[in-house]
Amino acid sequence: MYDVAVIGAGVIGCAIARELTRYTGSVVVVEKGEDVCTGTSKANSAIVHGGFDAENGTMKAKMNVLGNRMMTRISEELDVPFRRNGAFVLCFQEEDRPALETLYERGVKNGLTDLSIVSGDEARKMEPNLSENVVAALWCPSSGIVCPFELTLGFAENAAKNGAEFRFLSGVTGVARGEDGFTLETESGEIRAKAVVNAAGVYADRIHDLLLPHDYTVTARRGEYCLCDKTVGGLVDRTIFQLPTKLGKGVLVTPTVHGNLLLGPTAEDTDDKEYTATTAFGLADLQKRAALSVKSLPTRQVITSFSGLRAHTDVDDFILREAAPGFFEAAGIESPGLTSAPVIGEMMAEKIAAALGLSKRADFDPIRKGVPHIYSLPEEERRAYIEKDPLYGSIVCRCETVSEGEIRDAIRRTPGATTLDGVKRRTRAGMGRCQAGFCSPRVMEILSRELGLPLSGIRKNTPASVLVYGKTK
Amino acid sequence: MKREIVIIGGGPAGLAAALAAKEAGAKDVLILERDVRLGGILNQCIHNGFGLHTFKEELTGPEYAARFEEKVMETDAEVWLSTMVLSLSKDRVITAVSREKGLVTIEAGAVILAMGCRERSRGALNIPGFRPAGIYSAGTAQRLVNMEGQMPGHEVVILGSGDIGLIMARRMTLEGAKVKVVAELQPYSGGLKRNIVQCLDDYGIPLKLSHTVTEIRGKDRVTGVVISEVDDRLQPIPGTEEYYSCDTLLLSVGLIPENELSTGAGVELSRATNGPTVNERLMTSVPGVFACGNVLHVHDLVDYVSEEAAAAGRAAAEYIANGQPERSGGAEIPIAVGGGVRYTVPSAVDPAHMPELLTVRFRVGNIYKNVYTSVYFDGERVLHRKKQVMAPGEMEQVVLKRADLLGKNVGKITVTTEED
Repeated sequence: MYDVAVIGAGVIGCAIARELTRYTGSVVVVEKGEDVCTGTSKANSAIVHGGFDAENGTMKAKMNVLGNRMMTRISEELDVPFRRNGAFVLCFQEEDRPALETLYERGVKNGLTDLSIVSGDEARKMEPNLSENVVAALWCPSSGIVCPFELTLGFAENAAKNGAEFRFLSGVTGVARGEDGFTLETESGEIRAKAVVNAAGVYADRIHDLLLPHDYTVTARRGEYCLCDKTVGGLVDRTIFQLPTKLGKGVLVTPTVHGNLLLGPTAEDTDDKEYTATTAFGLADLQKRAALSVKSLPTRQVITSFSGLRAHTDVDDFILREAAPGFFEAAGIESPGLTSAPVIGEMMAEKIAAALGLSKRADFDPIRKGVPHIYSLPEEERRAYIEKDPLYGSIVCRCETVSEGEIRDAIRRTPGATTLDGVKRRTRAGMGRCQAGFCSPRVMEILSRELGLPLSGIRKNTPASVLVYGKTK
Repeated sequence: MKREIVIIGGGPAGLAAALAAKEAGAKDVLILERDVRLGGILNQCIHNGFGLHTFKEELTGPEYAARFEEKVMETDAEVWLSTMVLSLSKDRVITAVSREKGLVTIEAGAVILAMGCRERSRGALNIPGFRPAGIYSAGTAQRLVNMEGQMPGHEVVILGSGDIGLIMARRMTLEGAKVKVVAELQPYSGGLKRNIVQCLDDYGIPLKLSHTVTEIRGKDRVTGVVISEVDDRLQPIPGTEEYYSCDTLLLSVGLIPENELSTGAGVELSRATNGPTVNERLMTSVPGVFACGNVLHVHDLVDYVSEEAAAAGRAAAEYIANGQPERSGGAEIPIAVGGGVRYTVPSAVDPAHMPELLTVRFRVGNIYKNVYTSVYFDGERVLHRKKQVMAPGEMEQVVLKRADLLGKNVGKITVTTEED
């Protein structure tokens, strides 16, 4: 019997688990995927929003502003790449200026003190590649960019370090209340816990309905993205949003924290909670709309495209509550969910600890060190790593300069990488311009050696994502 | 550490460059190779057809590489394997790393870029759909089959008719896989004619020109693809969609010279080749930095890589020996292109430094039948040669004679195709 079972190992589930390990009591994270960060958390805009976008008085607004402020500390504790690069919201027509002012006022009411409205020329002075059609822009210096994989992994690994357990490939098929707690039926057997947290992303409504009467519906809102090569990562330094107009919400153009350029997302509701395909229309549409923001969009430098599913609810706000005694929910966590994750984790853990009467532990260790990215370190540190362990001198991924040592480390961590995508999210091997063309056979070999599996047992991600079928004739 | 000639890459280009540099009298030659063995991509090319020009016999890729490797090993050229070059500066300072040597900084007297190329990936094509396992570039699949002995799939669709894709159509068939179709976006194949005959026709594999993959299905592993016909602007034509069930999609949709190190050193690249712009000595815009092989422009035949790389090796040896002038700037005659010619390598010639006979290689951008290749020195036509077929997939060449250019005060050379 665990004290708490968290359903979902996305950024929200992992943040809650990590914050719960500050308290006495045992924690298990139950995940249907093969790894942490396999759903919405792995495919989003990777923005730490300023907090001007959410409607006044909503949970989204409150969590956004608090989460943004916490991100500096969290990124330091968990060794997560994060940069406050600032954001512009572009206004292209004088007639839309009132909408820009509304956004400004909303931000001020949400508690932001750093907002200002600048002229098109002032914006272009800071961002020379902005379109000449920009007439004004909202400037938010506290907006930032973060690595969503590392943020999720940071929470997860730190939770594990402080005693949380992880159960993968354990989709929850039943939730039943007993006398002393809950029994979760999962694809890998039963799990019992005194309290349950529903952080199941786009599946949160289904988990809810396993225990309680239907109350809200989560609609997967698909967003398609294009990622461009690092050679054009410097097109803009800030995150560039477009003011929502009657023509649509607009798409962003932003550098990523690793120096690529990201374009997107589209927004399209789908009934299928697994429909993460891109579409010809979506990719063309997002490029067309992103092109409005800048003088020249480097569409020839696209290295990959992907789509993610936001967990949009008919409630249209975050659902953060104890839905029934001992059954907690963090549902409908769409944008600004990534930004809000630190504070949602903290707040939910407090609620749960109070309900279970858990007290703070003295031995909680808030520090997590990520897999060292040797080749972004200063030369002396890099040299020291290689001298200590020559495997750091053996380069496997040429595009992102990732060594065999880093890949081995990523596999040996807890929770460690067990798949190509798991290695990719932890080390960036395969994330570069050749998109794993060169390194995937070598990463497969390292996984095979470390996990003691034949190559035919190595997967891209899910158990059905077979890479090779065994020996040739 | 100071070294005279450092060659980045130990594939066919690097090997031929090293050998020629030694034969030209270079004292100190060092090859830096990132793989565990020399030979580069030839190691996974176990089919034959290599060396027809160089050795007048048909060798496999590894055999061809071995011929050069043995000769290099007879010299005192030094080879560092499993060594990755991290950076090159415009002053020819190389930072490299390996398990054995750790981080090393090398000041090179001359550098020969011989890093080869990489395959264009699915992402660069913007093919919509899921991102399942089972999508491989043809070269990755070739490595899995020929080096690791692993089957990447059983039912295969190939997008792109580049040579590696064609070779893999045959290879997968021989391993018992069913290759259902090869789709090619262009109205012509990007591969060699002989490969279409020997790898597709002989096995009854259909080649669909002016077709592309418009959707990838399967969330975990590929379950099928949709192929559509494209119009003359290469846009898919609605209503022509055809579904093919398959577990594997191989991509052979183009090769990109790997010039990240070159651009880091400030080497100027050609927009047509994505490789460095070079002069008659294959010197790039950075003095003392030479380029050859697929990093310079993508070749079809390794024989031409070896030939070109040997020229780069000799030029580097001469540069070290004589303290050759930097690029001669004003004395270089630019080579312009016309008609269907997309580019030439080299793109400039200084008659004072060119060999007696200089091979200028080029590609055309479309299929041309019964047209002439012409060379002009300013307004004067000095070469006019008819060819039955010229295709983008087959590299062409003309030879310039030093005697024709030296002291003639030619302002511009033009390589072009003409109807008559």
